[in-house]
Amino acid sequence: MIEVNDLHKHFGSKVAVDGVSFKVKKGEVLGFLGPNGAGKSTTMRMVTGYLPSTSGQILIDGVELEDNEVTAKSKIGYLPESAPLYSDMTVEGFLRFAAELRGIPNSGLTDAVNKAIETCFLEKVRHQSIETLSKGFRHRTCLAQSIIHDPEILILDEPTDGLDPNQKHEVRALIKRMGRDKAIIFSTHILEEVEAACTRAIIIDRGSVIADGTPDELKAKAQNAGAVLLRASGLAGTGIQQELEKLTEAKKVIVVESGDDYIEARVVPAKGKGNELSPAVFKLCKDKGLEIQELRVEQGRLDELFREITKSDSED
Amino acid sequence: MDALLTLILEFAIPTVIVAAIFATIMIFLLPREVRTIFKRELKAYFTSPIAYVLFVVFLGISSTLSFFFMGVLESEEASLLQPYFQYLPWYLVLIAPAVGMRLWSEEQRLGTMELVLTMPLAPWHAILGKYLAAAVVLFGMLVLSFPIVWTINYLGDPDNGVIMAGFVATYFVALCFLAVTSVVSAMTKSQLVALLVSVAICMMLWLSGLPHISNFLDSINEGWWLLIYPFLKLANSLGAMPHFNELAKGVLSLRDIMFFVTFIFFCLFATSVVIRLKRA
Repeated sequence: MIEVNDLHKHFGSKVAVDGVSFKVKKGEVLGFLGPNGAGKSTTMRMVTGYLPSTSGQILIDGVELEDNEVTAKSKIGYLPESAPLYSDMTVEGFLRFAAELRGIPNSGLTDAVNKAIETCFLEKVRHQSIETLSKGFRHRTCLAQSIIHDPEILILDEPTDGLDPNQKHEVRALIKRMGRDKAIIFSTHILEEVEAACTRAIIIDRGSVIADGTPDELKAKAQNAGAVLLRASGLAGTGIQQELEKLTEAKKVIVVESGDDYIEARVVPAKGKGNELSPAVFKLCKDKGLEIQELRVEQGRLDELFREITKSDSED
Repeated sequence: MDALLTLILEFAIPTVIVAAIFATIMIFLLPREVRTIFKRELKAYFTSPIAYVLFVVFLGISSTLSFFFMGVLESEEASLLQPYFQYLPWYLVLIAPAVGMRLWSEEQRLGTMELVLTMPLAPWHAILGKYLAAAVVLFGMLVLSFPIVWTINYLGDPDNGVIMAGFVATYFVALCFLAVTSVVSAMTKSQLVALLVSVAICMMLWLSGLPHISNFLDSINEGWWLLIYPFLKLANSLGAMPHFNELAKGVLSLRDIMFFVTFIFFCLFATSVVIRLKRA
């Protein structure tokens, strides 16, 4: 549905997007991750046809965006970053305006508006002026305009920004539900959101894609993925630590807490030994007669991976 | 009673006909996208106080000043031509930019430009729709200045054809000023900046056509003035005043009308260029 090849965007001498490529198929929800200023919004703005690209190719459902802007745009629903709205309109008036611009015939306008209002829980504020809406309602009104024509492709720039936890949950569920028969790209800073709603995620930093995969694949790339967390007693902490460090399956041992007769430590697996580490730790404890209070394999965490690979940027 | 009848026959009916032609073009010739943008924009003028304030200011200034200071009532032929129409463009130098300043500045300030330009429409749909909405507001202003026409008809027996020509000429000038404002408002998200810059440009556009300037340019034949002569001449030829004067006299020449129409189209095209450059 969406195919982006080697996309570049320069603002003067500043390179905002530097060779980004990705594909999103129908039924996929692609999460866009990256620090502020990494080029997420710029990429989305190019895909929606708002910004012209410096070079590269964007195909929307097989149609080249550059050659056929209006056709390509008609297939996309877009929620811009700050959820802009005309404050002088009512919610219903605004949605009707969006529906008309989207080319919905007059006979279908009321139905389309009603459906969008229902999907985004806007019934309560339907006749209210947008100026008087709370941030959550404003956001959902803008989200409603993006889905009013039931587009095949949805591009959402930080769709949960400024919402309270309940609303965030609702929007995530909505994205997940719509993702079954649409191609969706959404950007976010909230990593749990990626795990909750995305089928795939890419991390963008300084204009380039630096990681691409399913949330699980990405988590597996985190340094701590596959680490074994052990809490055991029966020997002095330092003694246990030394034993753990001797394991060939272990790369290093990070002590969380240690005492006269116990230790809590995270054992990071050596490369390629992820599956063998926990049996080895278990065997060691058994051989040394230690009492295991806790032994579990840690999943990698997206925020760890995010910090690891985008760290240099924030240190600039 | 006679004055009222004249007003209806010679002004109200032509106005309704013009409005009907406009509506027909809007409904049958222009794409739906233009209509949608136009409707929203026009509604926005009247859901905020801006249109009402401008109506009151314009009607207040134009009628009071004309009555009290320009001597409409004292002029012998009870013709509106000299006192009223000579000053209307001066008010419009301020009023037309005030009507048009929000056209694109507001879109940029609210961020809705991103929304509109990612909809499946060509930029010219939005540019034209917005421009026409503001043009209708200006049209409404001129229509609402009918009391002055009524008064003149009540007091005397003026040549209403010339008065009509005066309104047509004034409207063309107003549309030019509005087109300039459209370009300027596309350049900035501040309505105040758009207003001030547009007023300055409209003022120059109006003044550069002053007879004194043309006469002065014709008298140039030596010195460093000759170096910038082509530019001065160009600015002078862009001046709207001579074209206005011809039209306002009741001389409907194609040349003057083409000047206004070309100028407006050029400005609307320039608006689209500015919007494209803004995004690049």
